[in-house]
Amino acid sequence: MPSEWRTPLLLTLAWRNLWRHTRRTLMILFAFVLGVWSMIVIAAITRGSMEQQLDKSILNLTGHIQIHVAAFRDDPVIEHRFIPPPALETALTGENITARAQRVRVPAVISSERESAGVTLVGIEPQRERGLSFIATAVTDGRLLESPDDQGLLLGRKLAERLETGLGRRVVLMSQDVNNRVADRGFRVVGIFDTQPRQMEEAYVFIGRATAQKMLKLDDHITEVAVMTADRDRLEEPLARLRATVPGLGVQPWTVLEPLLVLTRKITDVILIIWYAIVFAAMSFGLVNTLLMAVFERTREFGLFQSLGMPPAHILGQVLVESLILLALALVIGNLVAAGTVYALRDGIDLTSVAAGMELMGVAPIIYPAWSSGDVAAANLLVFVLGLAASLYPAWRAARHVPVEAITRV
Amino acid sequence: MEHTVICHNVSKVYRQEAVAVQALTDINLDIPRLDFVCLSGPSGSGKSTLLNLIGGLDRPTTGEITVDGQRVDQLGKSELAALRLHKIGFVFQAYNLIPVLTARENVEFVMQLQGMEVAERAAKAREILKEVGLDGLEDRRPGELSGGQQQRVAVARAIVSEPSLVLADEPTANLDSKTAENLMQLLRHMNQEHGVTFIFSTHDKLVMDFSRRLITLHDGSIVNDVRRE
Repeated sequence: MPSEWRTPLLLTLAWRNLWRHTRRTLMILFAFVLGVWSMIVIAAITRGSMEQQLDKSILNLTGHIQIHVAAFRDDPVIEHRFIPPPALETALTGENITARAQRVRVPAVISSERESAGVTLVGIEPQRERGLSFIATAVTDGRLLESPDDQGLLLGRKLAERLETGLGRRVVLMSQDVNNRVADRGFRVVGIFDTQPRQMEEAYVFIGRATAQKMLKLDDHITEVAVMTADRDRLEEPLARLRATVPGLGVQPWTVLEPLLVLTRKITDVILIIWYAIVFAAMSFGLVNTLLMAVFERTREFGLFQSLGMPPAHILGQVLVESLILLALALVIGNLVAAGTVYALRDGIDLTSVAAGMELMGVAPIIYPAWSSGDVAAANLLVFVLGLAASLYPAWRAARHVPVEAITRV
Repeated sequence: MEHTVICHNVSKVYRQEAVAVQALTDINLDIPRLDFVCLSGPSGSGKSTLLNLIGGLDRPTTGEITVDGQRVDQLGKSELAALRLHKIGFVFQAYNLIPVLTARENVEFVMQLQGMEVAERAAKAREILKEVGLDGLEDRRPGELSGGQQQRVAVARAIVSEPSLVLADEPTANLDSKTAENLMQLLRHMNQEHGVTFIFSTHDKLVMDFSRRLITLHDGSIVNDVRRE
């Protein structure tokens, strides 16, 4: 028997059977569309929020890759310094690298005339921090440092409040130089920066990299090089290139530098899978119930099919094709509606009214949904495959009738 | 003589919880090719049970049934489906058309299962529907046809794939006498023109009068078997 004639037959029967009870079919279709829509949209919002958190953390002085003395991560002090070899500069101008900057990062104490606080002193190359860290765009009062040998200092707004100082006032920075002597210097506050989370405003102060080197007697030494690439999830090539260039130094990706972010990402994936499972469970009950009802109502018809010589496998196939049509329709409509929703929300979901609470959870006050083809594919695949699997039971029920019992069923 | 159906010591016992109901007892029956046989008898005499067993819709408790040379009682589910598809046509009391298909599609249904070419099955469906007097009604669904018209579609569907045997279980029970007579004339015509063996069950005297052989059952046994020609 050529199978090419069976498929249209099953399709015709399945399609028409679906619309025998238009209202019921539309209701289950609506439930499925809602389920698929919610899977994709909630995933886009969750993913968007998580990606924003990730981008923000990477801009908080992490970068995609950092290069420093191997021991610096565990003990970020001036002893763990290095002179960047000339070959490194060449390697850093290679393909896929969009920004890079040298930094001096050491612990320090900052004092105003009233208060003092422990901070991390960061010596930066201001122009190279653009696209690499938040500081290039975070100065809201005053100005950004103009060059590595700028004599000014950038202070976070929260720290300025704590020190009871402000723009144009002088503060004193104290740290330890390369000879283990106290190194201190007065600076004028030339800029106040605002950033999220606000703890960053208290944790860091910025001066020019050359100024920091001079103050700490570092000469050409630095403590780190931060690198930004074109794609934070494709670091294999730049990592390999940089490791080959500076084999004695630690070249680490953000996934090593920020293990909490990696964990957050994994937790997000797990939460999405749990969300998918919950939505799918609700949908599958509806699907199985609808198909079982349809199978029960059509017991005589299935008996008739068997009487006319339709093999049990084809009866099973007919119910599965009905389910397949329903699932395909729901997926197409659900995906389109979800895509429309994500597009409509492209300017972000404004949660500033609950911004304080959101900040505590590390979530930005405006969330931009992120359409992830992986999440969409996972939702579609899950609904399609498990939907068909859930339909097997009603289909099996339809196919296992004894013809004479089915056909004489009143 | 070539036989389409042979039943040898066929019995059927139904179990309803703890009670065993003897539906048929030691049925021995040979039905030659092209015969036009009526099974008669009161309700519960075993007519429908015997038709169901011959058609492979149910299995005998004991005994042997052969249809067109194949032992029905020994076939598996798929083999039975194939036998019904290629050798047996059914006409039911309640018509049992597929409600979502048109008259033409109902007639084409079995031919599609058989894998017949589109053009061939369309031509055959058109021809048979014309033969049963439903010309012009091909695209109506069962709900848009009268009882008599629906039963004609059922006859067309049973006969169009050229089976060796058509089993009709009380085909006229839901029809008025005039329509019933027309239907029986149609079945007789099909028997003669298409060379198909017919076995039908009935209570109806009018229907019995059309048969060439009248078999009477009572309490699951054949009590009378009369050839009327």
